[in-house]
Amino acid sequence: MRKGLILALVSCAAMTMAVSSPAFAEDVTLNALFMKQAGYSEEDVTAMTQAFTESTGIQVNPTFVAYEELAPKILTSAASGGYDVILGDCIWPAQFAKAGLVLDVTDRVEALDLDDIYQGALDATRYEGKYYGMPWLNDVKYMFVNTKLLADAGIEEVPTTWDELIEDAKAVKDQGICEYPIAACYAQAECLICDYTCIAGAFGGAFVDENNEPTLNSEENVAALDFMASTLTDGLCNPKSLEMIEDDVLSTFAAGNAVFAINWTYQFASMNDESQSSVAGQGVITPIPGTDKAESATVNGGMPLMITAGCQHPDEAWDYMQFLASKEMQAEYCANALPIWKSLYTDEGVIEKAGAEVVAASQIQFDYIVNRPMVPYYNELSTSMQSEIQRVLLGELSAQEALDGLQETALSLAEG
Amino acid sequence: MRLRKEEERYALKLISPSMIVVFGVIIVPIVTTFIYTLVNIDPLSAHKGEFAGLSFYIKALTSKVFWEDLGRTLHFTIASTAIETVLGMLIALLLNQKFPGVKFLRSIIIIPWALPTVVNGSLWKLMLNGEYGVINALLVRFHLISSYQSWLGNPKTAMWCIILADAWKMTPLAVIFFLAALQGIDNTIYEAAKVDGAGAFRRFQAITLPALKPTIMVIVVMRTVEKFKAFDIFYLMTRGGPANSTKTLMYDTYLQAFTNLNYSEAATYAYLIALVVALMTLIYVKLMNREEA
Repeated sequence: MRKGLILALVSCAAMTMAVSSPAFAEDVTLNALFMKQAGYSEEDVTAMTQAFTESTGIQVNPTFVAYEELAPKILTSAASGGYDVILGDCIWPAQFAKAGLVLDVTDRVEALDLDDIYQGALDATRYEGKYYGMPWLNDVKYMFVNTKLLADAGIEEVPTTWDELIEDAKAVKDQGICEYPIAACYAQAECLICDYTCIAGAFGGAFVDENNEPTLNSEENVAALDFMASTLTDGLCNPKSLEMIEDDVLSTFAAGNAVFAINWTYQFASMNDESQSSVAGQGVITPIPGTDKAESATVNGGMPLMITAGCQHPDEAWDYMQFLASKEMQAEYCANALPIWKSLYTDEGVIEKAGAEVVAASQIQFDYIVNRPMVPYYNELSTSMQSEIQRVLLGELSAQEALDGLQETALSLAEG
Repeated sequence: MRLRKEEERYALKLISPSMIVVFGVIIVPIVTTFIYTLVNIDPLSAHKGEFAGLSFYIKALTSKVFWEDLGRTLHFTIASTAIETVLGMLIALLLNQKFPGVKFLRSIIIIPWALPTVVNGSLWKLMLNGEYGVINALLVRFHLISSYQSWLGNPKTAMWCIILADAWKMTPLAVIFFLAALQGIDNTIYEAAKVDGAGAFRRFQAITLPALKPTIMVIVVMRTVEKFKAFDIFYLMTRGGPANSTKTLMYDTYLQAFTNLNYSEAATYAYLIALVVALMTLIYVKLMNREEA
């Protein structure tokens, strides 16, 4: 009896200690979810994570999945805290915040030196004035041009407007230098909407107004979509673009089968890598062309790090996110992703690692960022847009018909 | 009497772990999903938590998208099952003959089936690539097409490419089934028919085909149900594109759940799929029973 009582008391004491004693950093293990493609490589993130563990003692298990796997993994695990830290796309904070999947970190973000962070990177974490993540991946799309093929056609200047680009593309095609001078990622995927955002922006269009009201069937958006379709019917854009995502655009460009391609920053390093490109040294990175409505336009591809609603160690998770996004880490690993910090763009080490051309192009392109609609229903709208825009590109539907239908869809989704 | 009760109690103890597993992983999700079809649980909806009754079913069944998805699902299911069954039978008939190397052929025929779907999907996607795919190279080399085509970027060909990829992987399964059935047919029946003057086609029609009927039935039942639920091959090869030409019911269910966060709609789609599959199974079972009778 006495023995049993002692045992019970000891058990109670042990349980109380376990519950009340503070968690030491060494006891904390975080699970983090990252993407395998574009931006920081798996090796970069692993190295950053090791450095974090060495300096804090906090263990982190990073998991890397393809972009398409990110959302399903987050949705199935966020509530239970399967992952503490997740990498999200800039189009998700609105949806995730409304669904209660990620933590509001406004106070933590506002404590940062916000003036030194690019607006695009901040926008990628914001919904209705609140921040839901730490800005991390700062990316936009650029135009990549094979200047050698262009020079072969007797053209020395890189086009700065879409009209000039079309003229150049015709010249290249007519001279038999490249059958399809333009490669684009028009597959039924988010990349199609990214490219359409860039082109619609250059035509002065946007998918929502300043109050987030849908404006899909605006004159400018119709003109931009008509323009995209015409590049296919005129044989200037590769017809295989309808099955291409970003990596396919890169491989087509790297094989010398395209003169013009819109892609994320990572194309610059890959197309100049002789082990995977036959056009190394031939291509340049430039801002996306414009029209008389806008000098240029690109799409925000920023990706923040977020803390899931089920995370048991939000303070440690925030420390980890801040470490990954610190100036030191961003300066060290800037070859595949440009920093979020403005002050790093004058750092000689960063310019050397990221490439002077990339930094120079980014300084212009960052001024023309267009956000995709930051509304909770965006993903559903995007799914509809992808198939309807493809129908226009395939010639099954006119741009006006498609965008009128999409406007109705957007209005009904906005109503909830 | 007492002994019997003790035995029953002992038996109950033995099967209780499996009952818990069955209850946990089958019955609970089935019931929960059904509840989700009746109550709005969409996290983004203004009506979250409200009882919806049959409105999700009505919405699905009256939507054009659902019927278009169903049409594409049936296209894939019927075409793919038909190809696998016919091709499987023809290959099995060939491999049932005696010729040098037949044992080797019987062994390697199984390889496509042994490949994981993820490998199969990626393999075919690469082979069909419009820029550097080997299928384009072969067709151009044999002058069957003049230039590389975007097979997966064309709504007219994308579904057929998936059917081809799926049939290539799954036909060996049908071959094995048919081969086993063919080897069970008594050879003396063929010899007797030959003596009676029956030709090869007549022998196939009168002896082989009736003997293979139960196997055909099994393959058709199994494959139809499996194909109706197919998701991975679509996810890997086209993700429903181009222009939704390969968007099936199952793929749409995935989109509703994991892209749009319309959990109740996804649950309703899943239930409707289960209903169709159950209906098909019932018809097949009845047909099989009639055959046996």
